[in-house]
Order: sequence, then structure tokens, then C-alpha cells
Amino acid sequence: MKKILIVDDEPNIVMALEYTFKKNNFEVFIARDGQEALDILKKQLPDIIILDVMMPMVDGFATLEQIKKEERLRHCKVIFLSAKNKEKDIEKGLSLGADLYVIKPFSVKKLVEQANELIQ
Amino acid sequence: MSSIGLLLILGIYLSLLFYTAYWAEKRSHSKWTNNAYIYSFSLAVYCTAWTFFGSIGVAADSGLSYIPIYLGPVFIIPTWMILLRKIVRISRVNKISSIADFISLRYGNSRFLGALVTVICVFGILPYISLQLKSISETFHIVTKTPSSSNTFTDTTTYVCLALALFASYYGTRYVDASEKRRGIVTAVAMESILKLVFFLIIGIYVTYFVYDGFGDIYNKAAILENFDKKNSIGDVTNGINWFFLCLVSMFAIFLLPRQFHTAIVENNKEAHIKTAMWLFPLYLLLFNIFVFPIAWGGNILFQGKGLNSDTYSLLIPQFFNNNFLTVLVFLGGFSAAISMIIVSSISLSTMLTNNLLIPYGFIGSLQNVSQEKNSKRIVRSRKIGIFSLIIIAYAIYRIFILDYSLVSIGLVSFVVIAQLAPAFFGALFWKRGSNKAAVVGIILGFVVCIYTLLIPYAIGITRYTSQFIQEGPWGIEVLKPFQLFGLDYLEPIPHAVFWSLFFNLMSYLSISVSFKGNYRERNYAEMFVDIDTYITNHEDAFVWKGTAYIADIKNVLLRFLGEERTKRALSLFNLKYNIDKNATMADARFIKFAENLLTGHIGTASAKILISSVVKEDKISLIEVLHILEESKENILVNKKLTETSNELKKISTQLKNANQELVNKDLQKDEFLDTVTHELRTPITAIRAASEILHDDDELPEELRKKFLQNIISESDRLNRLIDKILDLEKFETGKQKIYLSKNNISKTVEKTLDSLKQLIKNKNIIVEFTEASKEIKAFYDEERIIQVIHNLLSNAIKFCSKTEGKITIKIIENKDVVEVRIHNNGKEINEEDFEVIFDKFYQSRNQNVKKPIGSGLGLAISKQIIEHHKGKIWAENTEPGGVTFTFALPNYNTNETN
Repeated sequence: MKKILIVDDEPNIVMALEYTFKKNNFEVFIARDGQEALDILKKQLPDIIILDVMMPMVDGFATLEQIKKEERLRHCKVIFLSAKNKEKDIEKGLSLGADLYVIKPFSVKKLVEQANELIQ
Repeated sequence: MSSIGLLLILGIYLSLLFYTAYWAEKRSHSKWTNNAYIYSFSLAVYCTAWTFFGSIGVAADSGLSYIPIYLGPVFIIPTWMILLRKIVRISRVNKISSIADFISLRYGNSRFLGALVTVICVFGILPYISLQLKSISETFHIVTKTPSSSNTFTDTTTYVCLALALFASYYGTRYVDASEKRRGIVTAVAMESILKLVFFLIIGIYVTYFVYDGFGDIYNKAAILENFDKKNSIGDVTNGINWFFLCLVSMFAIFLLPRQFHTAIVENNKEAHIKTAMWLFPLYLLLFNIFVFPIAWGGNILFQGKGLNSDTYSLLIPQFFNNNFLTVLVFLGGFSAAISMIIVSSISLSTMLTNNLLIPYGFIGSLQNVSQEKNSKRIVRSRKIGIFSLIIIAYAIYRIFILDYSLVSIGLVSFVVIAQLAPAFFGALFWKRGSNKAAVVGIILGFVVCIYTLLIPYAIGITRYTSQFIQEGPWGIEVLKPFQLFGLDYLEPIPHAVFWSLFFNLMSYLSISVSFKGNYRERNYAEMFVDIDTYITNHEDAFVWKGTAYIADIKNVLLRFLGEERTKRALSLFNLKYNIDKNATMADARFIKFAENLLTGHIGTASAKILISSVVKEDKISLIEVLHILEESKENILVNKKLTETSNELKKISTQLKNANQELVNKDLQKDEFLDTVTHELRTPITAIRAASEILHDDDELPEELRKKFLQNIISESDRLNRLIDKILDLEKFETGKQKIYLSKNNISKTVEKTLDSLKQLIKNKNIIVEFTEASKEIKAFYDEERIIQVIHNLLSNAIKFCSKTEGKITIKIIENKDVVEVRIHNNGKEINEEDFEVIFDKFYQSRNQNVKKPIGSGLGLAISKQIIEHHKGKIWAENTEPGGVTFTFALPNYNTNETN
């Protein structure tokens, strides 16, 4: 079964994502900020990580930097979610090694499709 | 007192002076030597042995006529702020080092006029120096009770004078540049001025209060003496006129005497010092004159009919009472008065002699082609010899001619001679028309009249008191009687000479000036002198000169007198000042003037001009051309001034614009940031709503429970959106001033209570303890309750959010001060970084750290709260409080105590 880690501090958004990905046969892990995500990643190796950019404490960019340092996690696919839609933010996200930068608000259905594509 | 003892004391005293001068020289830039008091006291070099001894003689023999000599200066001193300042400025920019330089420069830098002024000064001052030596010599003999020897070489005082001459010539020539300041000499002179005053006051008090019982006692005893009333009244109109002329010459003397010119003008290094001198110097003169009268009449009473020299009463009285200490003290006071006059006068005279007579006439040739060091040495040596021989000649004059004259009469002769410079001098300051010829003729005529009406009769009077020349006039021509010229028979000899000499002097100065125009150079300097304030910063601009000159040639001349280093430094300063390329080869008028100025300090104005003109080729300019150029340069200066002003204004405006622009840019950035953040804040709930709606729309098999949950999410996120929009609009209203505050009297405790009620559920859910101690009495304040509830709600929400997760506690306190009512809300959560205390009240403050989401709801709550409180004229702030946690406080003005109705 495909594994996904969803990292976002907005509970309502997380709830929608969790429901949708579960329905599409993903095993779902949830973190509310970067630190929690890194804790989970110590034990789990998801196929894909969905990462919100603006979070308290450790933000999305910093989290990705940490992830990329781990040899073990190097092959995880990463999708950034962000309300920030400026060129420079998108560029920064992709240059850090994310596979996709999705701007909020987004279609959950499409996000699942994109996640599946990335995994294959 | 033995001669040896007194000589010893003198030796010690002189070395003390020497040390003072040496010490001051070393500290020539410290505030101890450069202050207004040193300057003011150095002016008191005016008070010589004449004042110290002579005034008493006059007061004893002929009454009050010693007073005009001090009244004159006192009358003219109030004009110093204008007059003296002007002279100081002119002298400073032109590097003028003596009165001869001053007058000759103004009248076209005339070599002849400079020499003439020098001669006049020598004639006027030499007898004056003699009178100082006379007083030293006589008082020395009185103190030591030795008779004066008729053989000059066996008289001890001859050697005292010799020592003095050596001292003065060594110390007076420390610098080659005569316009440089001599702090050592000035400080020593100032110290002597203080000493002579103090010693004089001591003897005055001694005579008045110890010998007699105060002023009244002396007056009563003196009043019965012969001629007391006659001597002590001003008398009739004639006497009044006598007084007037005495005041007039002393008024002139305070400007024109070489030593006054030297201390007041050449040694002035700050114009502001004049201000202090304007009150301190007259006060000094007043103090000096308080005890003249009692000492004089005290002496008259004591020594009635003994035929003693009344000039020396101040010594004779303590000696009469065997008070050796006081006698020596008075001697030293008089010695100080004499020696400072001798030193300053001989320095300035010798400078004039070398710079205005010796060098420009002849000696200059020998300075042409030797090295700078040799030139300087020669100049210094000639000054040294000058000072030495002046003092020795003065001593000779004393021994040969004036053994028998009183101190005052010799002094007055000096004053009258020096006064001949007055028309040319004051004309130089105010009248552009005054010309060289007029000045020369005026001074010569005046001096001739002086010789005729004063010097000759005085010289004759020494050998034959009742001379036919004086009694009947030359060859029996009555109208030419020297003391009653043209039948003017009601003035005393001195005022009489003043009147006629100045009459002829002034008349010829005026009439010749009006009748004959001066040449262009005179007109040029007239402009620079009279309008000094216009040219003060760029006076080289005002110098008119046409011709061909090479900088290299002029530089060679400068090198000979200034040396390599100083020449280089001066040139680079000049180039910097006028923005001139250092590779320029041709010299312009400004450079010529600048070079002349540099040389002037060393060799005087006349020689400087001669030297420079020997290496340049000057074209003749007509007077009209000069006037034209001057007009232009004046206009240029005006235009320049205006341009500078305008450019300064423009600079100011441009900085203002820059600042305003920067502010706008900042505002723009803030606005962008704000919009960015708002967009983000709006998108977050929209994202949640969109996701939930999509699921509801697509998924028909959604369990009922989940369906409801998603719908619930949509509702709450919509509410969040709405709240956010409300807050943004709120803030906008406050910031643009559209939000009105409706003040009414409210009970602050009730308001807090109300707010707490609305949050009760939330508090309960989080298990937070709220401690709210109501004030013992009802505290009321004026505020818009709805708005303040908003603030308290916001602060409480924050407190709930941030207080300790496990044992959350919120404490609310209300405190009433005289000026303010404070509400403090404390939570026991995490402390805030100190640097954040201010910024947390900015809207979306975390947006500075773009990627970190703020923990506070909308990020606008505190910003709005701040606006509300500020609209109430209150204050809101945050602080970390012991033993942990954060307190937010807002303070509203307390109208209960300030309210009047």
C-alpha cells in the first residue's frame, strides 16, 4: 500500500486530505508542523509527502531541507502546498528539491492524481 | 632696603615672569592662555608707570585732570563691538602686524606711508618708554634710599635697564612671522596687569584704612589744605575744553598706541573675546582709579611743604611708616606696569622698524638671494637689535632730556604725537575716498605742528624755563607763540597742541582726499577695508590686479621666506580654497594677494609688495576699470552668496524629498506585505472550504456523519473568512481616521466582566483558572465600551491561547492612578522575546518571517487593539513579568481626577 505523510497545521484542510487519500488507498500519516513530521519520518518511510509551507515552529521549506539531508528519505516524493503564489516562492520550493508546488486553494481530486503520477 | 636685596628680588620677579611666559608659550593652545580674560587683562598694558605713579602726582599737584586719560577709553569702548571687530577682521585677513602696516596697506600699500607712521610711532613712543625707565630708576633709588648717580655707568638702574633690554629682545623675537600670536608674552603681560592692580589696591587700602580712617577722614584733613577746592573741581568752560581734548587723545590712544594695537588686534584670536574685554577693561580702569585720590591727598597731608616728588607718594607713604614689605610691593607693581609697557611697545616698534623701514628701504636687497633659514635669522636678528637699541635709546633720552619732567606730561606728549595717526586711521575704516597723499600730508602737517607746539618748547624748557621763544614767539611774532598759536590763549599746552595739530591734520586729510583722487590700488584697498564684512571669507577675490605672473616665480620668493614645507602647505590650501588646478602656471590676482599676505607676516606689507612685484609684470589699470572690477566682484560675491543659499535650500528640500520618498517606498513595501499576508490569510479558509465542498460534491457514498462534519467545516471556515474581512475593514477605518469613538462614562470592572462572560465556555474547555480581583471601589473611566470590549476580548483570547497548557492561569487587575486607569492581563505562558514587544502590535507582525505562520488568530487583533487604545489617547504595551508569563496592559486617561465638571 502506498504511504503518504500529510503535514499541515490547518485541521480542516488536513481532514479533507486525509479522507480523500484514504479513500484512494493510501496509508495516511499526519503531522501538524515540521517537527512532528520529522519525528514521524524517523519511523516511517512514506512514498510521498505533502508539505504545507507556512507552519508554526519549523516551516515547510526548513522541513524539506532536513528531509533531503537523510539518505533514507531521498527518494520520497514531495509536494508543497502553499497560498503563496509568487514566482520566487515557487522557485525556492522547487530548488529545494520538491517535485511539485501546488497553490492553495486546489482540487483534492487533482492532487490525488498528481500524487499517483509522481509515485509511478 | 639694600640695592643688592632689591636687585635680588627683581631678579626673582623677572625669572618668574620669564617662567610664566615660557609656560604659556608651551601651552599656547590651551584654554589657560587662550581666553577672554587673558585677552582683557593684556589690554591693561594701557596702565603703565604713568598710571601707577603719575596719576597720583597729578591728583596731588593739579587735581582731577588725571581722570580724562581713563574716561576717554571708557567712552569709546562701547563701540568696540563694531570698531574693534572691524579692525581685527581687516588685520586678520591681511595678516597685518602693526599699525604702520594697517595704515600703509589701506592707502595703496604705500612704502612711504608705512615708514612715516613708523617714524611717528618711534618719536611718540620712545619718550614714553623713557618715562617707564625713569619711573623704574627713580623708584629704585627711593626704595633703596640711594641717590641717583649723575654718572650713567655707576648708576645701578642703568644695569637694570640693560637686563630689561636683553630680556625683551630675547623674548620678543621668538617668531619670524610678526602676525603670529605670542601667547607667552601676552600671558605674562596679563599676569602683570593683575599683579599691578592688586598691589595698587593693597597700597590704596593701606593708606585709606590703616594710615587714615577711610575716605572721609582723608577728605576732612585734606579740605583744610591750600588750593584743595581749586584743584578738585572741573572749573569753567576752558577747563571743560581742556578735559575734552584730553579725553579725545586718550580715546585715540586706546586704538593707536602700538602696544594697544598689538594686544587688542594682533594678539586677538577670537572676536568673542572683545565682548568680555568690553566690560572687564573699563572695570579694571575704574578699580585702578578708586584709590588714586586718597593716596595723593594722604601724601599731601603727610608731606605738606616738604617738596617731595608727588609721583612717588605710593612708595613714600609706606616707607614713612617703615613698612618695607609694602614699599617693595608697590615698587614691584610699578615695575610690572613699566616692564609690560616696555616689552610690548619695543616689540611692536621693532617690528615696524624692520618691516616698514629697514627692509623696504635697502635692507630688502640683501634678503633677495639667500636661503630661507638665513633670511629668517637676519630678520629676527634685526628685530632683536631693534628692541635692544630702542630700550637703550629710550634710557639715553631719559638720562639726557627728561630727568625733570613729571611722568604724566611726558606721557601726554606721546599721546598727542600718536593722535596724529587718527584721521588716516579712522578714515581708513569708513571713508573710501580717503587717499594716500591726503594721509601723508595730514600726518606730516600734524606732526610738524606737534613739534612746534610741544616738542621744541619741551626740549627748550629743560635747559631754560623762561625762554624767549615760548614767551614771545619766534622773532617776537606773537601769533606764532608755541603755546598760544594764532592767539588761541585759553588752552593749556597739551590740549592746545592737540587742537592745532589735529586741526591741520584733519583739514588737509579731508581737503586733499576730496580734491585729488587716489590711484587704483588705494581705491582697491579702500574697498577691502571699508567693506570688510563682504570680503571676509574670500578677500583674495577683492584684490584687483592685471598683468603677467608665473606661479613658479612667486613660489621661489615664498620659498626664501617661508621655507619648503610652509610654502607647499600654503599653496595646497590656496588651491583647495579656490578650486585651482595644481598644475596651473599663471598666477591670477587672487594668487598675488595670497602670496603678499604670506610674506606680510614676515616682512610687512610694503616689502611683500615690493618682493612680489619684482617677479611679476603688472599692467597699469585705470581707476575706472578698478571700480568696474570691484563692482563686478562685489556682485559676484553677492550672487555667490545667493547661490550658496539657494543651493543649501535645494539640498535641504532634496533631503526632505528623499526622506518622503523613502517613507513612501517603505509604505509601499508595507502595503505589499500587508496585501500578501491578507491574501494568504483569505486563501487558507477558502482552501478548506473548497476541499470540503469538492468531497461533498464528488462523493455520493460519504457517510452521514462525515458529510455533516465537512459541512460544519464549511460553515466555520466561512465564519473565519467573514471575521477576517471584518477586522481588515476595522483596521482600515481606524488607520484612515474614519472610525469614530463614542466616549461615555463606564465602569471598567463591569466591562471586563462582560467580556469574560463571552469567553466563559472557552476558558472552561481549556481548564484555565481566571483570577479577577475587582477593585475595592468602583473605578469609572470614559471610553467607547464596545471598542474596549473588543480590546479586552482580544487580549483575553491571546492569554487563553498562550497560557500554560497544563495549569493555565490568567490574572486580571485594574489599577487606578492619578493620571491613568490601567487594565493588566497576565498569563502564565511562554515569555516573549524582548525585541518583539513593539512589533507584536504591527499588523501580521510575523509576516516579517514570511514562512512561519503566526500563532495568533488573524494577526490583526493586537494591531486593532492598539488603534482603539490610541484613539482613546491611551497606551498599550506588553512585558514579561516575574515569576514567568506575559502581561499585556492598556492604560486609559483617568478623567475622574482630571475632570473639572
